[in-house]
Amino acid sequence: MNDITATERPVAPYTELDENGAPYLLGSRCGACGQTHLGRFENCPKCGARNAMDVVRLASHGTLYNYTIVHRSLPGVKVPFVSATVDLDGGGTVRGNLIDIVPDPSHVKFGMPVDVIFRSASTAVADGDGFIAHFFIPAQEAAQ
Amino acid sequence: MSNDVYVVGIDMIKFGRFDDAKPESLAARATLLALDDCGQTIQDMQAIYAGTCNGTMMGQRMLHYIGQTGAPVVNVTNACATGATAFREAFIAIKAGLYDTCLAVGSEKMGKGMLVPKNSGGTAIPTEGLLGSGVMPSVFAQMGMEHSRKYGTTFEQFARVSEKNHKHSVLNPKAMYQKETPLDMVMEAEMIAYPLTKLMCSVNVDGAAAAVLMSEKRTKELGLMNRAVRVKGSGLASDPFTDRNLVMQDVNTVTRLAAARAYEMAGVGPEDVNLVELHDCFATAEIPHYENLGLCAEGEGGAFLDSGATTFGGKVPVNLSGGLLSKGHPLGATGIANIYEIAQHLRGEAGKRQMEGATIGLTHVVGLGSACAVHILEKA
Ligand SMILES: [Zn+2]
Repeated sequence: MNDITATERPVAPYTELDENGAPYLLGSRCGACGQTHLGRFENCPKCGARNAMDVVRLASHGTLYNYTIVHRSLPGVKVPFVSATVDLDGGGTVRGNLIDIVPDPSHVKFGMPVDVIFRSASTAVADGDGFIAHFFIPAQEAAQ
Repeated sequence: MSNDVYVVGIDMIKFGRFDDAKPESLAARATLLALDDCGQTIQDMQAIYAGTCNGTMMGQRMLHYIGQTGAPVVNVTNACATGATAFREAFIAIKAGLYDTCLAVGSEKMGKGMLVPKNSGGTAIPTEGLLGSGVMPSVFAQMGMEHSRKYGTTFEQFARVSEKNHKHSVLNPKAMYQKETPLDMVMEAEMIAYPLTKLMCSVNVDGAAAAVLMSEKRTKELGLMNRAVRVKGSGLASDPFTDRNLVMQDVNTVTRLAAARAYEMAGVGPEDVNLVELHDCFATAEIPHYENLGLCAEGEGGAFLDSGATTFGGKVPVNLSGGLLSKGHPLGATGIANIYEIAQHLRGEAGKRQMEGATIGLTHVVGLGSACAVHILEKA
């Protein structure tokens, strides 16, 4: 599913490659309040705790919290596309394009399970060659 | 003598496109109008609070056009709450007893087209359209979709907000547009970001608005009380942490916080408010804001709109000026322009769109990032 070549770099600072070279989303979990945030944080934006953040690997499954279907965008962006806000299983919220779905409100359902996958950025934007990005697709099997 | 603060002079230029203008030249025009509204001069202004989202030292540059008095000038930027923040700073300075007469002015010279956030996320290439969308229409489309998710609010209801506010603007000679947009026209316009069509997005226009604020003592000394408007409550808030707000902007929570502060200071509740100018930068925003400001119960914003409560002649008319959707939205000017609209009604000087018997009005602006300002104004 993840068709990544070694020469491609992640677009987002919160995307990491594991020991097998497989990309995943990185988060921080606060040891004081338990909140999980997308990306790296030194201190907790929720409770203000200092130096209490543990780096965690975020889940590759989640549910669709919210979305819009973008019809007009900047030059080089392929439209229409679904901009989705996804709550990942186990914590963390991330925004991305929901693909492999008809970009119409009758097909996109609040709360639908989705998988996180990684593909070449060039599938979405004109200048994406050499970069990978996360995308969401409708869950291929029951969410774990 | 109380330490109440009053708006004694206030005005705005007709919003539009002024290709050769600068923010400071527009601000100068609005300031002269506001000074004339209360018979004051620029020399009478003991301190000046100037707001614009683009550029620095706008207040000082404005004085080059109308008189360099040496008064202290504070330049303010706070996204779409910029003008209201400048107003609030003037209010605070007088409330504190530091000055008796201050000027607040907001101005903006807008670029064309969609506002695009700067690539500040530390990404290797621009991410718009790649990692979802962060442009303004998408942010506010999602605000509407979240309300749909929770309460079943429909595309048609959001479109009716635009129909209503455009209808209101017909009676406002200072609005950018003064033409009705029937519901089918709104719904059939080009889709920008579902559920927002082009006619459900506010217009990028240039504009400026200014207000002269005074202490009670000075207002009485000058005999200006008969047209004065009391600033009864002022609330400003930044966005507190909410579960998703670092990824999906949340203008609901920040609005509730600012509104609670303003109501508390004013000693009134939403039931006391006769009319409202709220931040309808996109049509989807207005219905959730009915609830955020306490005008109706949770989840009932759509039904509240459908009931006609917020239209001209309704229980609590919202955006009689035409709102940002039709009046236009020059970012730094909007906060003071909203206060101008309410002041005109409280003074009984709103012309054909006058709401009869209005004694208390509320203004609301919210900028992404986030900053929300709510003011409660009362007929003096
Ligand atoms: Zn924490």
